[in-house]
Amino acid sequence: MIELLAVSGPTTVQDLGRLGQYRFGVGTAGAMDDVALRAGNLLNGNSEDAAGIEIAIAPLRLRFLAETQFALTGGDAEALLGDRPLLPWWRVTARTGDVLTVRRITRGALVYLTVAGGIDVPPVLGSRSTQLRGEFGGLEGRVLRAGDRLPVGAPPARAILLDFGIEPPEFALARPLDRAEATVLRVVAAGEYHAFDMAARSLFWSTAWKVTPQSNRYGYRLEGSPVLPREPIEKRSHGIVPGVIQIPPSGQPIIQVRDAQTSGGYPKIGTVIEADLWRLGQARLGSSLRFAEASYDEALAARDAVEAYMGRLAATIARYREY
Amino acid sequence: MQSTISDNGWHAGTPPEMAERPHISLLATTAVLFEAPGAFDLAQQQRIWALARRIATWEGVSEAVPGMTNLLVLFARPPRAIDRFLALLEEAWHAAQASPLEGREVALPVTYGGEVGNSLADVSAHCGLSVDDVVSLHSAPLYTVFALGSHPGYCYLGGMDPRLAVPRRKVPLQRIPAGAVSIGGAQTGVSASPGPSGWHTIGHTDWCFFDVDRPIPAALAPGDRIRFAVERVVR
Repeated sequence: MIELLAVSGPTTVQDLGRLGQYRFGVGTAGAMDDVALRAGNLLNGNSEDAAGIEIAIAPLRLRFLAETQFALTGGDAEALLGDRPLLPWWRVTARTGDVLTVRRITRGALVYLTVAGGIDVPPVLGSRSTQLRGEFGGLEGRVLRAGDRLPVGAPPARAILLDFGIEPPEFALARPLDRAEATVLRVVAAGEYHAFDMAARSLFWSTAWKVTPQSNRYGYRLEGSPVLPREPIEKRSHGIVPGVIQIPPSGQPIIQVRDAQTSGGYPKIGTVIEADLWRLGQARLGSSLRFAEASYDEALAARDAVEAYMGRLAATIARYREY
Repeated sequence: MQSTISDNGWHAGTPPEMAERPHISLLATTAVLFEAPGAFDLAQQQRIWALARRIATWEGVSEAVPGMTNLLVLFARPPRAIDRFLALLEEAWHAAQASPLEGREVALPVTYGGEVGNSLADVSAHCGLSVDDVVSLHSAPLYTVFALGSHPGYCYLGGMDPRLAVPRRKVPLQRIPAGAVSIGGAQTGVSASPGPSGWHTIGHTDWCFFDVDRPIPAALAPGDRIRFAVERVVR
């Protein structure tokens, strides 16, 4: 069991999302940085899809009510277990009564706390992710607050006793197109791409888009020179997915993310590839995004690269189980 | 039952490139969107339902989700040869036959006007109809559930009288309650849970659209039909 002592912003229980429920109007929810959650789970000997806690704003304080192995992955945080500083992407053991403090998120936007055994709230429609609009999943379908107690599942049978760390995806999945001043997201052109003329398209690809404060788990609202189609487009309502980049009449793009509606009607200029959604999740408010054009095959290859990274982590961690 | 819906609201209009062939587009490797050519009517929607049933059984597909004369095909495993997949999808559309679904019919008790339905007077003024006429035009049709989407349990309905069309709000409301019966453009619908909305709320129902404890959480499915039963009109 974990008891939350202080929570300062939207913090939720998330797993890899609620799949297969779109036909009931139920979106996926799930971790914004799925790579961090999966890696955290591997560090703890869990299956990759166990639930963890997604922390969007520090400070956060919680107490372990039993001995618990845990890891912090995702963004870097200034974090303490008792008064001992913690390293990111490192698996450690908390004793009963230990207090974990996430003081400050120093790099990236989201920190994931994963625990051996996973956060064991009841699965709803196949997932433990919080569905905020539907008010179900996670803990009572809502964001966490001080005083909440979260059950922890039974730790995996062959627990790993060592404390150890892994190489974060920022290094393991580094790309030649990475830039210091902006998060680069690879994008496959979508249905209405050709409704934008050459000038509008090149503006879309060349702009350093600012992530506005109106960005959250529902969508990222971007700001830059307006990108407008040749003529206004109104679409019949159709299904959309996390990563879809819509252009509303203002010409300021909106990237729909994990808590987005399952359908929409704005024109779609492109879709952020699945393998880069974690990078979007870690883009801070006020930071810049750039889009790089990718083909379907390049998006598949990028997906394969993430799976290969997960495979290497799993193989490395399996060796620690021998000690 | 054939109902032709002239939707000139938010999601309306047929882009010229959709006039004849279906429009098939990628949502990266997550999904493919299939948009049927031609009219926005029940027959076209029935073909979409047939296509959805067929595609949902395909290897590597996790769901095939109808929208308004379109279909979102979500991948469990994205196909390696996407061109071949898209060609098969188009073939399947040409083979799909419009067939009515044996849906159920439900009556939803609605209180028109009042605190929740506080745009009833605005809608009446905008349409140049009396409040009684708005209520009787809105409660007359047997609406067809065309698709589910937006939020859990929400139904896109076909069949509203075009005389009730009202442009959407320029500035959406932050929150309207579950059960709000609203008009947006040439469409009407009922919010299944509280949330933001750019539509005009003319009434309220206590009917429950979504319950995670039911074996099938959404109360209605495409092909079901609903009628709004006037419980009360609050002026």
